[in-house]
Amino acid sequence: MSFLEVLYFIIPSAIFYAAPLIMTAIGGVFTERSGVINIGLEGVMIMGAFSSIVFNLTFADSLGGWTPWVGLLVAMVVGIVFSLILAVAAVSFRADQTVAGVALNMLGLAVAVFSIKMLYDKGQTDSIAERFSRFDIPGLKNIPILGKMFFTDVYGTSILAIAVAFFAWFIIYKTPFGLRLRAVGEHPMAADTMGVNVTKMRYVAVMISGALGGIGGAIYAQAIAGNFSQTTISGQGFMAIAAMIFGKWHPLGAMGAALFFGFAQSLSIVGASIPVIKDVPDVILFILPYVLTILALAGFIGKARAPKASGTPYVKGKR
Amino acid sequence: MSKRTTNILVPVISILLGLIVGAIVMLVSGFSPVDGYIALWNGVFGNSYNIGETVRQITPYVFAGLAVAFAFRTGLFNIGVEGQLIVGWLAAAYVGYAFDLPKIIHLPLALLAAAVAGGLWALIPGLLKAKLQVHEVIVTIMMNYIALYVANATISALSGGAEKTEKIHDSASLRSPFFETITDYSRMHWGFVIAIIAVIVMWFLLEKTTRGFELKAVGFNQNASDYAGMNVSKNIVLAMVISGVFAGLGGAMEALGTFGNISKMTAFTGIGFDGIAVALLGANQPFGVLFGAILFGSLKNGGLNMPNEAGIPVEIVSIVIALIIFFVASGYIIRVVLERLSKKKKEEK
Repeated sequence: MSFLEVLYFIIPSAIFYAAPLIMTAIGGVFTERSGVINIGLEGVMIMGAFSSIVFNLTFADSLGGWTPWVGLLVAMVVGIVFSLILAVAAVSFRADQTVAGVALNMLGLAVAVFSIKMLYDKGQTDSIAERFSRFDIPGLKNIPILGKMFFTDVYGTSILAIAVAFFAWFIIYKTPFGLRLRAVGEHPMAADTMGVNVTKMRYVAVMISGALGGIGGAIYAQAIAGNFSQTTISGQGFMAIAAMIFGKWHPLGAMGAALFFGFAQSLSIVGASIPVIKDVPDVILFILPYVLTILALAGFIGKARAPKASGTPYVKGKR
Repeated sequence: MSKRTTNILVPVISILLGLIVGAIVMLVSGFSPVDGYIALWNGVFGNSYNIGETVRQITPYVFAGLAVAFAFRTGLFNIGVEGQLIVGWLAAAYVGYAFDLPKIIHLPLALLAAAVAGGLWALIPGLLKAKLQVHEVIVTIMMNYIALYVANATISALSGGAEKTEKIHDSASLRSPFFETITDYSRMHWGFVIAIIAVIVMWFLLEKTTRGFELKAVGFNQNASDYAGMNVSKNIVLAMVISGVFAGLGGAMEALGTFGNISKMTAFTGIGFDGIAVALLGANQPFGVLFGAILFGSLKNGGLNMPNEAGIPVEIVSIVIALIIFFVASGYIIRVVLERLSKKKKEEK
């Protein structure tokens, strides 16, 4: 297998695996920019994956090819509602955000598995019939090398994820909303003094992360897993958080990091058919993304730091 | 209302709220909460077998809770208890079957191996936090996944590709024929005695020693501790390692007491994450942790009885546990409500 063939093989697969991580990591960027730590993204993804699979199984007959896309919308709404629990706890009840996030993860998994058992009388759903389909992008696919790498057999979800990353960059850095969001995350009291409603901004940010995390979970379930069980989402939410930190709390950085994790993840799955890599023990490939995250945090991340107010509830009038 | 009463009332109210919401979930899904909670109760205390199994379940929770609580008291958040517990479990199981020694040496050696493994696993996030200011939450989460995959690969390598390791020798076992007879052959073992000793050790260490004072001081205020001449980074590393030692011993309970070996895992045990809840519920006090562990161990073990006796999926217990954590974390709002209520009472008088 030539080097180019390996790239043709692995790059589309890397983007494919990265899409749910990109979505969820961008959601994480929004919450942390507003000063709320969202450890609960894993739980949000679980709810998204669960609701989209249930929707897909129920409505595949009547909606046909559109089912997975409507499933994304359903997951988005479920994600928003579910993330409100964190918003209420972290913003209104001044709960410890990390602990509330941990509770959210436990709750998401328990609620999803409980509901699956109630609905189907077993711990795992059937496989969905309607998955995201792949297509070639006309015109662009004829570009030599790049066409075959990026524009052939593309998933719509991959395009959506990359588009969302650029859109998020625009929102956070080029709009008044983004400026307020960042102000609230850096110095909520100053922002409050300038008339920004800290509570409202934080609620909105957490809800955005719920929407994107829900979609991320739905993409993972409907494009990669194909069904829902207790282990469908196992760690992708935490990977997304890692991607967010790796990407220095910047939407495009988070996307880059997520692509890199997608690459590492796809290596461990498609690696068996690639020379050199197939000789590396599985365990090295499995732990690679986690080890790299630690190394990145320890050394390569440079001067980047979390938004200053991240993790602290804002109490009006307290200095 | 005195501060002390509020401090006790907040967790009690959280538990009640968790149970109430759990009951509502059961009602909505068409079950009878009464049947559900009776099944839960029977699962905990129903017969001597269930009591023995409940004690067995509580034992690792004590260690997990102590690990989280110890880190919390020293200003650290150790989400990595899960991973430290897994490596401790693996180390104890390995020493348990690979060596042939008299019990008086073998059992302590296996426990020591688990403690060292857990401590070393926590050393990495500790060092990174102390030397490079890397946030321990993310590092410990990553270390959990690394532990899971590395443990699975090691089990595979040790057992020649099998799903689990050999059984430990009797000389390393915590099991006792005496407990087995009085609890109708449950898997109850001597671990709970070690767990109680660990509770006392943590209390003594934190409250009665200079080192414990230093660890707590660093947790309160690093700058002040530094100014007072304490070695802040050394104390951070030490705190993390001690926390990891508790977690590793929790794993030893599973290896030497409950299972006698270690099997490949498809997902986390959950004990480490529940440890966060146990610690919170116990207000990070050693004896509080003991109560928290008793509550969570009972819920977890009793929950196993709910599908058989009431036809309710066991996940309902996880929902209740998650809600309890949620309400304990939101203790502020409960305090506010309590204060309002007590003010009203005074006015009425």
